[in-house]
Amino acid sequence: MKILVAIKQVPERDAPISIAANGKWIDEGGLSYTINEPDAYALEEALQLKEKTGGEVVVLCAGPERVTSTLREALAKGADRAIHIEADDLGERDTLGVAQLLADAAKAESPDLILTGLQSDDLGLGQTGVVLAELLGMPHATIIMQVEVTGSSLKVKRELEDGWFQHVEMPLPALLTIQSGGNKLRYATLMGIKKAKTKETKTVQPAASISSKAVTLERVYLPEKQKQTEMLTGTPAEVATKLVEKLKFEVRVI
Amino acid sequence: MSSVLVLMEQRGGIWNRMSFEALAAGQQLAAKLGIECSAAVLGENLDTLASELTGKNLAKVFAVQYELLKTYTSDGYVVVLEQLLKHAAPAYVLMPHTYQVRDFAPALATRFKQVLISDVIAIHDGPIFVRQLLQGKLNADYKHSSAGPCFLSVQAGTFRAEAIEAGTATLENFTPQLEASQIRSTPGEPFREAAQTIDLSAAPVIVSVGRGIGEQENIAIIEELASALGAELAASRPICDNGWLPMERQVGSSGQTVSPKLYLAVGISGAIQHLVGMKGSKTVIAINKDENAPIFEVADYGVVGDLFEIVPALTKAVLAAKS
Repeated sequence: MKILVAIKQVPERDAPISIAANGKWIDEGGLSYTINEPDAYALEEALQLKEKTGGEVVVLCAGPERVTSTLREALAKGADRAIHIEADDLGERDTLGVAQLLADAAKAESPDLILTGLQSDDLGLGQTGVVLAELLGMPHATIIMQVEVTGSSLKVKRELEDGWFQHVEMPLPALLTIQSGGNKLRYATLMGIKKAKTKETKTVQPAASISSKAVTLERVYLPEKQKQTEMLTGTPAEVATKLVEKLKFEVRVI
Repeated sequence: MSSVLVLMEQRGGIWNRMSFEALAAGQQLAAKLGIECSAAVLGENLDTLASELTGKNLAKVFAVQYELLKTYTSDGYVVVLEQLLKHAAPAYVLMPHTYQVRDFAPALATRFKQVLISDVIAIHDGPIFVRQLLQGKLNADYKHSSAGPCFLSVQAGTFRAEAIEAGTATLENFTPQLEASQIRSTPGEPFREAAQTIDLSAAPVIVSVGRGIGEQENIAIIEELASALGAELAASRPICDNGWLPMERQVGSSGQTVSPKLYLAVGISGAIQHLVGMKGSKTVIAINKDENAPIFEVADYGVVGDLFEIVPALTKAVLAAKS
């Protein structure tokens, strides 16, 4: 079975964020990047499926040159091949534009299964996977915790709200967006890192030019406080004393 | 004429309550733009639900009753809603930001060459749609820049269902064209893993732990604080994903919704999925090393610092105050 995993490179969670001069995105200078966490769970699911059923795991990522470090990390964890869609203009594209890039590259691979995270840690729109499925004419299921492949069909466990779940069956090829927590993430081993150097990374140029955008990001800014927050400062012992005062006389839980 | 259409969500004849927040959003957007607002509901045996909607201030209520829509499937909803939207021709399509909407709405928008503006937390004049980026660290203003319908989903708690205006609406039954063969997936019955043994929703005091705790063994210091306060222990999703605490202790959009007297958030950054679950808390105290963590936007009292120093000191002070 050929499994394609669409991954995204995003700023590190703890990275200090400052707004770019044009006010339309963040300042990317000096930022460190990593794999989008939900996509790491998608990769993990793909690697485990391969261990069970055999086949090939191909990772796919669109973005500038820097995304190749994330692709190499995926190879080090056990992916067989990587495809880099060279695109310096992701910010100029909306979800449909980005999904179109991924769809063109995915079509050329004719995978049996496409996995991706349920949303990205940066934009968080949570739709690239579903749009990709729609562009490729594949059935999809979202927010998946478990995947079982039986012959030419798929049985998945979907997370619903409030602690409910549901099984869904569908034919292959299909696309799934993966929820975190279904598996434990693996680390790349030293051997894996060595092996990754010999694995194939193909660079492809975007086939689709930028079409007009359906939505535009006009401005980014720091959120306004919803509450008047009283900040408590001092040594840990001083802060603790102040907090206990609040707990006693204002919150009244002591 | 341009209009707003709100897609209401129901399962087995029971509303998803978030639908009414979307309905309130729809009415307010329509009023702002000086256009009509309508609502639609899909499924089977919808007479009761549809008649409830005809008592609201809406132009029309579309009831799409069809056997193949009895159980939700992405394919079924996309095919039918494409037909309904072509018929009703709204300029704006509003939905609650539920798991179901997240499953079908991006595909539906794609059929109209549109992009869903998901997880909207405010609507300003323009109209400008506000959503969060980078786990709540930034807000972003989005604009719809195309001729087709604008697809939006609104985050829980953004609009108040009580704000819905009453009125009278015309009921229109819409008959879709849908074949069983167009539905490629077969959904099973919803189930729960195990009986929930911990009901966080009733807890008056909650101490909740997030990523900042670093390692599983460190959770002990949070447990000590919780026990000193007589509080229930809770967590954000990554803690439960790692198996450090059971899933049933998770607060957030995929976990439990809580409304305690005190919510003490330790090492929790406050991504929107978590805030949604805890926003009913009366008082929020946040301890986090990052002064820009979004949790401080909703906290009444904030402490910027190292939780490994502050939490043990706090536990000690609480025990001393109680003795």
